[in-house]
Amino acid sequence: MPSTFQRKNIGIHAILIVLSVLMIYPVLWWVGASLKSNQELSLPGLFPVHPMWSNFSKGWNAIPGHTFTDFYINNFELIVGLIFTTVISCSLVAFGFARLQFRLRNFWFSILMLTLMLPGQVTIIPQYSLFHHLGWVNTYLPFIVPHSLAGGAGGSFFVFLLVQFIRGIPRELDESAKMDGCSWFGIYWRIIMPLTKPALLTVIIYCFLWNWDDFFGHLLYINSVDKYTVGLALRMLNDSQSAQQWGQLLAMGLVSVVPSVIIFTLAQKYFVEGIATTGIKG
Amino acid sequence: MEVTVATSTSKRRMAKLKRWDAFITGHLFISPWLIGFLLLTLYPMVQSLYYSFTDYSLLEEASWVGMRNYEKIFTIDTRFYQSVKVTFLYVLGSVPLRLIAALFIAMLLAKSIRGMSAYRTAIYFPSLIGGSIAVSLLWKNIFGKEGYINQVLDLFGINGTGWINNPNTALGTLVLLVVWQFGSAMVIFLAGLKQIPQDLYEASNVDGAGKIRQFFNITLPMLSPTIYFNIVMGIIGAFQMFTPAMIITQGGPMNSTYVYALYLYERAFSQLQMGYASSLAWIMLIIIAASTSVIFLTSKYWVFYESEKGEK
Repeated sequence: MPSTFQRKNIGIHAILIVLSVLMIYPVLWWVGASLKSNQELSLPGLFPVHPMWSNFSKGWNAIPGHTFTDFYINNFELIVGLIFTTVISCSLVAFGFARLQFRLRNFWFSILMLTLMLPGQVTIIPQYSLFHHLGWVNTYLPFIVPHSLAGGAGGSFFVFLLVQFIRGIPRELDESAKMDGCSWFGIYWRIIMPLTKPALLTVIIYCFLWNWDDFFGHLLYINSVDKYTVGLALRMLNDSQSAQQWGQLLAMGLVSVVPSVIIFTLAQKYFVEGIATTGIKG
Repeated sequence: MEVTVATSTSKRRMAKLKRWDAFITGHLFISPWLIGFLLLTLYPMVQSLYYSFTDYSLLEEASWVGMRNYEKIFTIDTRFYQSVKVTFLYVLGSVPLRLIAALFIAMLLAKSIRGMSAYRTAIYFPSLIGGSIAVSLLWKNIFGKEGYINQVLDLFGINGTGWINNPNTALGTLVLLVVWQFGSAMVIFLAGLKQIPQDLYEASNVDGAGKIRQFFNITLPMLSPTIYFNIVMGIIGAFQMFTPAMIITQGGPMNSTYVYALYLYERAFSQLQMGYASSLAWIMLIIIAASTSVIFLTSKYWVFYESEKGEK
């Protein structure tokens, strides 16, 4: 019955097109609005008649004494450090859990799974107090140090994801390397790490996305403008303008999501497939 | 390749030594996480439990007050009750809606038809940027009194309310924001759907079962472990909602969006009442643990595992 088959697909296409438009519509409006003047913002059109490109240039320089260039540099510096420390620490830990047999392993692993569900609010106050007394407030150390200890935003999840992936790599590879006198570290570094690349890429992507905009963390620990990340700068822009320049604010907001969009486009395959391969199930 | 010259005692000693060696090596590999867990999770947990029985302001030493924080919270703290109420409304509204959207759209996207990856991208897109402060600002504008929603309603002659300024609708706009970002749950559903053996559907086709019966008798039971996972993670996430409430409504109007995490943040970091805030944090942990336990206890009635052999 080829004809009914075809017709059925047309129905699905119609539903999916409507859905896609519905989902994307606010973003389209956002793009239009970032080019609007305050007057045009109160009109219902999607795109402005007279696009105000100056929203972008003025918004970029709207915070006195700084430009958004500074905030982007800050954000990228922070995030490169976090990705680097996360990849190293989480892969080491995951290798230990996935490949080595030792006492207490299962015990620690179930603790790790429990921490996946622990709400951050329970530890945030003593952590803040600790970092405060170490003089780390208003530095990036409250982010870097937890990430180098396989923690921070997403840490336990990344370990879990990598463990699942490494368990899928055939053990014969390590066995033969061991026969050749390779140490455990050698096996980790020369055999497992190269084979884990797809999962590491997934980790890098999520690490980027979650930390690019870890608003709560940035809000707590970063308080001088010269260390501000993009999210904090946006909040400042939102609070500081008495007569709101919505166009500028929306323009800067739009720019702030561009890095995530680029990462998403480059690594799309890993997004939708990435989680599937890790076998998250119940 | 055993070399059997060793006597049984020295063999046992060798084995013991080997086990000890493995113990050390294993712990060395997991040491980054282990140190992090002990210093940045376990110790702070114990400490926050201790703080919850003290007066603590960060600048001074904590002083023991016994149960006083908890007594205050449960007897005279009206903001606590308000924030609990708002948070429960938010959880009960957002978690089911988000899951239903995620499940149905995942089922549409699981089909293999032309152009599917474009649809997936479009539908996943809001979730990609969702939690960011930029999107909260967008929402604030769209649902404002002069915002886009009201401009459109105006075209139809409807005079819309200020959605985020009206205590009856403000929380609803925040629910809508998180429902719009069902992508991560959807991706997990997609993975779960792929694992359902196709022959189950084929067999039931032969038996003449319709689409709806297939959904209730095959898809839902086979997907129940995934649904369970998504419910638990959704509840835990929803209880901690913070950024939208902080940016879009600041907890207002009339505390109608004053969620628990916002209240805790204000007590701890605006008023520096860290002892009191620690009590709030422990109450939150207990509420979340209780809610997920309820789901866990009921799960044996509705979560089906096909067999144990598939488990890792």
